[in-house]
Amino acid sequence: MMLLKKIKRIKLDKTQIFLMFLLTFGGAFMMLPLIYIFNHALKPYSELFLFPPRIFVQQPTLSNFTEFFIVLRDSVVPTSRYLFNSLLVTFLGVTLVIVISALCAYPLSKHRFYGSKLLFSVILVSLMFVPEAMEIPRYVVIARLGIMDTYLGHIFPHIAASVTVFLIKQFMDQVPNELIEAAKIDGAKEWTVFMRIMIPICMPAIATTAILTFQTIWNDTSTSTLFMQNDSMKTFPFFLSTITNNLANQVARQGAAAAAAMIMFLPTLIVFLVFQRKVIATMAHSGIK
Amino acid sequence: MSGKVQLSQTQQSTRLRKNRLSLMIDEIWKSRVSYLFIAPFVLAFSLFIIIPVIVAFGLSFTYFNTIQAPSYAGWENFQYLLSQDIIFLKHALPNTLTFALIVGPGGYIAAFVLAWLIAQIPDRLRIWFVLAFYAPSLTGGVVMNIIWQPMLSGDRIGYLNSFLLGLGIIDEPQLWVIDPKYLMISMVVVTMWSSMGVGFLAMVAGILNVDKQLYEAARIDGIKSRLQEIWYITIPYMKPQMLFASVMAIVGAFKAGQVGEQLSGMKPTPEYAGHMIHSHISDYGLIRYEMGYAAALSVVLLCMIYFFNRLSWRLFGPKGDE
Repeated sequence: MMLLKKIKRIKLDKTQIFLMFLLTFGGAFMMLPLIYIFNHALKPYSELFLFPPRIFVQQPTLSNFTEFFIVLRDSVVPTSRYLFNSLLVTFLGVTLVIVISALCAYPLSKHRFYGSKLLFSVILVSLMFVPEAMEIPRYVVIARLGIMDTYLGHIFPHIAASVTVFLIKQFMDQVPNELIEAAKIDGAKEWTVFMRIMIPICMPAIATTAILTFQTIWNDTSTSTLFMQNDSMKTFPFFLSTITNNLANQVARQGAAAAAAMIMFLPTLIVFLVFQRKVIATMAHSGIK
Repeated sequence: MSGKVQLSQTQQSTRLRKNRLSLMIDEIWKSRVSYLFIAPFVLAFSLFIIIPVIVAFGLSFTYFNTIQAPSYAGWENFQYLLSQDIIFLKHALPNTLTFALIVGPGGYIAAFVLAWLIAQIPDRLRIWFVLAFYAPSLTGGVVMNIIWQPMLSGDRIGYLNSFLLGLGIIDEPQLWVIDPKYLMISMVVVTMWSSMGVGFLAMVAGILNVDKQLYEAARIDGIKSRLQEIWYITIPYMKPQMLFASVMAIVGAFKAGQVGEQLSGMKPTPEYAGHMIHSHISDYGLIRYEMGYAAALSVVLLCMIYFFNRLSWRLFGPKGDE
């Protein structure tokens, strides 16, 4: 009832109703694979291989999750270790990326100093340096630094995040200079200005970049593949990819894989849902001017 | 007389230069706090972006097997790449280009159209549509792979197969991810599906940001259709976001190098149908340990990405008079 009332209060003209219809259809189509996998995760084996296949689960069961955890328990390295690695790496990685990027974005946006324009244009160019294209030289650098098989090897490749610096800097540009000058007249040092004024105002940008960074690091398997030889240092998504590899050619573990996919996917979805308004507010300032 | 004047002029200019140098040092010293702030990032940036790029360029002229020290090989790698590496020329390069040219502009245009449509919807309902289109991009790598398996599975239980069989469009189940005929299409579809990411969000925000009064003013000035509105107001107004989104689209198109391997579960992909430059790089670099050649391939890939970015910069970038 509440929902109906709400919808009634929003006035729609004919084109908007048509658009809503079109977009609902499109959106449903986009969500279809996600709905599938969610139902897949809850299907008992008898339904997983039913013909014709059904989208929705008839008798939901958690057996896939238990199967998944049995697979986990039987692996050589306990899964809790992979999960711990992932959580630690993601948490430290996101924190470091945000701190380093915000620190760099502040002077880029509000100070004039030699090289600031050069640095910003280099950052702009580096937006396009796909890490995937630089696997080999990065491997060489990481090996030279001697951080193979350490947590640093997971975290460091992520901390030079040009996109994050760029987004926070663009957001900081709209903070009025008068505010900073006023604070300086009141005797605030740069650090105080940064912590007390810039950070609180730029919270939306920071939240947004935190989400984006979280998504990248949480889903990333490349650092495990490239820089970790010790199995107990690898991360959860990498472990998933090993148990689900070759899924196209086999039937076993389809349910377990679906369950695993849910475990990987849900955190990113929830984090996005919590911060969604801030994300849109931030992206308004994302333009390259 | 004139010589004296000249002398004093040169003296003046040297003095000026000296002054400028000390001024510059002064300036740098004055902004030492700024340098302190940017120091951590600049350090990380040099270590993990600048140095790798330099290393890639350096190694691309060497033979390097990670055990012996790299030995100088001149243009050999590039010569081999352009004249003898049949897999690169016949599969990796054309595959990468087709893939990028479909997914890049395709995803970009789709993102804009969707963003515009979504922006027409009232505020309270909008976020749910944004979420529906954005959610697929949350599924990176492994998860995306698992999600699409049951959809594209080659037997008749695969959702797509059973759906098409039911409609009578196909007579027998198709191997969507294993048959070389279909692998590329599957890769494109899956990547497009998950391509409504940051760029898409930027576009939604950009369109919402356009000043509503502009539309009214334009209507008075004689703009009639919505299409004209988009062309003359929306796009010029949100050019910065368009540029950002285009950078993200290009990066996304070249980034998705492993989709083929992930979908088909085979490495290399069947008959190299989904073989990309990226797969070629990891093939040479991480399996054969021919780092020099892999570096040369990386350089080629980077140059390609750079070229396409220049192109989009020219299309959407800030012009001199703006």
